[in-house]
Amino acid sequence: MSTPLLVVDNLQKRFGGVVAGKDVAFTLAAGEMLAIIGPNGAGKSTTFNMVGGQLKPDSGTITLAGEDITGRPPRDIWRKGVGRTFQIAQTFVSMSVAENVQMALISHHGETRAVVPMARTLHREAAIAILARVGMADMADRPVSELAYGDVKRVELAVALASEPKLLLMDEPTAGMAPKERAALMQLTADIAKERGIGVLFTEHDMDSVFGHADRILVLVRGEIIAAGTPDEVRSNQRVKQVYLGETGVQAALKARRQTAGAA
Amino acid sequence: MDLSFLVIQALSGLASASALFVIASGLTIVFGVTRIVNFAHGSFYMLGAYMAVTILPWLFEFDRSPTLFFVGVVASAAVVGVLGVLMEVLLLRRIYKVPELFQLLATFGVVLIVQDVVLKVWGPVDITGPRAPGLRHGIEIFGQRFPAYEMFLIFVGPAVLGALILIMHKTRFGVLIRAATQDREMVGALGVNQAMLFTGTLFLGAFLAGLGGALQVPRVAANTGMDLSIITEAFVVTVIGGMGSVPGAFIAALIIGLLQAFGILIFPKITLVLVFLLMAVVLVVKPWGLMGKPDVAAGRAILPEGILNLKRFGGVEKLFWAAAAVLVLAIPFIGDAYKVKVGIEIMVFALAAFSLNLLIGNGGIVSFGHAAYFGVGAYAAGLLATGPLKLPMEAALVAAPIAGGLAAALFGYFVVRLSGIYLAMLTLAFAQITYAICFQWVEVTGGDNGVVGVWPSRWASAREVYFYVVAVFSILAIVALRHLIYAPFGYTLRAARDSANRADAIGIDVRTHRWLAFTVAGAAAGLAGGLYAFSKGSIDPTMISIGMSIDFLMMILTGGIQTVMGALVGAAAFHSVKDFFMPLTDFWRFFLGSSIILIVLLFPRGIVGAVDTFRERFGDRSAAAGAKAPVLAKEAA
Repeated sequence: MSTPLLVVDNLQKRFGGVVAGKDVAFTLAAGEMLAIIGPNGAGKSTTFNMVGGQLKPDSGTITLAGEDITGRPPRDIWRKGVGRTFQIAQTFVSMSVAENVQMALISHHGETRAVVPMARTLHREAAIAILARVGMADMADRPVSELAYGDVKRVELAVALASEPKLLLMDEPTAGMAPKERAALMQLTADIAKERGIGVLFTEHDMDSVFGHADRILVLVRGEIIAAGTPDEVRSNQRVKQVYLGETGVQAALKARRQTAGAA
Repeated sequence: MDLSFLVIQALSGLASASALFVIASGLTIVFGVTRIVNFAHGSFYMLGAYMAVTILPWLFEFDRSPTLFFVGVVASAAVVGVLGVLMEVLLLRRIYKVPELFQLLATFGVVLIVQDVVLKVWGPVDITGPRAPGLRHGIEIFGQRFPAYEMFLIFVGPAVLGALILIMHKTRFGVLIRAATQDREMVGALGVNQAMLFTGTLFLGAFLAGLGGALQVPRVAANTGMDLSIITEAFVVTVIGGMGSVPGAFIAALIIGLLQAFGILIFPKITLVLVFLLMAVVLVVKPWGLMGKPDVAAGRAILPEGILNLKRFGGVEKLFWAAAAVLVLAIPFIGDAYKVKVGIEIMVFALAAFSLNLLIGNGGIVSFGHAAYFGVGAYAAGLLATGPLKLPMEAALVAAPIAGGLAAALFGYFVVRLSGIYLAMLTLAFAQITYAICFQWVEVTGGDNGVVGVWPSRWASAREVYFYVVAVFSILAIVALRHLIYAPFGYTLRAARDSANRADAIGIDVRTHRWLAFTVAGAAAGLAGGLYAFSKGSIDPTMISIGMSIDFLMMILTGGIQTVMGALVGAAAFHSVKDFFMPLTDFWRFFLGSSIILIVLLFPRGIVGAVDTFRERFGDRSAAAGAKAPVLAKEAA
């Protein structure tokens, strides 16, 4: 168990003159929740898409459970045990909730070219079981196009879990959700990760989700990791404060805190 | 081949390139701003020529001068420009937000309408226009005579390019066109009067098409086939150049013009094939053309136009389809010879349309050239039955789906690498290649006349017996294809259509599955083509024409693209109406074109879609509790 689940080493990525990834390196253990945060354009999604296979890094390596997966297409990376959700939920809008999960199971069992069985009944029990875990079993036969956005995100999580992944990639899992739903989804993800020993790599703008649920946090700025550590370490990191609030912003924040403390 | 000959050949290549660019530039500008691929652009070109042969002789009554020639040409183009404005205001304005398949069909409806209007106004006979005053002589080049008018044309293209670049960079209108080509939404958000911009763009586009047509008048007689012959070439130029890019169109026109001029020396029979082959290669290497940008074609909200929900047959549907099947099978007993013939055709077209909707409705692969595979099946069956092999019908009908499938596998390999409008254009191009081969390879295919004597085996030679041969093949094939839609393979296709990203992220190889679907649909269409050949007793290139592909599209559109069984209803409705109306009127194209437009505007979900909507509404009101009951029962169980 000493080798980490995911080892990202020395990733580089440029888009023309823009550096979206520079010496990005980190590791992720099984069952661990690792958050990547950073301002807009810091390279969060780029890093993410390189791990997921949507983008090819210019150089560097990505190793999953000891196997090099650098630059492989998403479908191969999925077969190696990586499930993912997208910033804007991607589901099969013409299908029901259960069929979305069944589709992932059909692919997992290598049956996408089967022409004899009826897809509607294939792996239905297994799909319902996964939906039950994310609290969506009672919606199984609803068209996914009719769901509230928070529920669509849960369906996406169920789809990502269908292949029993070792690693879950979640790009801004709570974007576009109500605050209450956010906490519930993050808690659900954390519980599932712990009970199944799934490593979770996620990016997020919502700091409550990050500091409430991540075991460790990476702070990315202009393609570079400027800080990494536990939520407490990152919270007290001076450079992070500067990046997020600016030098004067930090002073203003401290001043504001002193005033409210004084008033109370 | 001496040097002077090569020079002359290159010059005439440049002249055609120049003429082609004038037309294609209008098409690409209109696409850049409106994102509509305007089939009617070819009609504007044709109208430009007809306007010129009408206006020029009238002007020459006053004075036969070069000045009046150019006044006439520009006036013709301006009239066509106004017609473009008319089309924008009356039609395009209403379809900017509909799926691209509907846009293509609607503008094709305009093509059909214009064809009949031209026939009515100018008649079916070609009209030769006056030659250009002052440019009637030849110029001596390396001892060979080269027409002065061709020489003049060579300079028109660069002049138009220069004028367009000036407009694009120096006028507010031009800057807005460039801005809209890059990001239409942003231009709208900045408060630009979009309606005026789009109308102005259509004027410019139609003007250029009309100019191209009017300039052709001294070279070729105005004729009723000009529209479709130019539009495919203009498509090829804009696609190779990159849709929306004017300089790209210029480069592409040069390449095509020279390729045709020299290709005719090396492969005189297959110049058309060469052109389309070039387009296929360019699209595979640079999917957005030489100078196109990905965001021009992508980045627009495309409504889900495919099958939204796979409903299984309820009691009513089972009863309906059982009754329909019994009724169809009883036709030879209750109907006359004419009804038997129509019945055969409907079954054949139903199979072809159903296979097309497997691609479009289920797979989101908008094929604009499904007639290619239908035609390949028909030709394979027909040529095997009549050629040196003289195979019996049974063997030919086995060969037809194999041939259709092989052609689809070959073309599909390229097609599935693209998406959206580029994919539609490429399928159209491949259909035109197939058409060109069948048309030009006279020794084998009989060219325009085709091949006659494709008759069924003796035991099936009675029309009633052959009816049942067709019934068995087409019904079994349709049942099989329908099952495919409900099987994991069909679900996988639909998954890839709904979200290619998501499909990729759950391990689905989207391209391979699309390619397999393309092949299967091609094989089914090939079978339909084979059955059709033996029912007609002959094969000819109309079976592969654009018109045939449009007929198939019309069938699934009439029936309802978002439904599984719509293709069958659509094939029956469309073919019986067409068969009934065509002999009654000289203007069936006018009616067909108008009905295409009406369906797109008023009835986009088709017959079966409309029935479904009606039943849902009706069901909601009278039995809201009843509709929920099955769900609750399932949960309890």
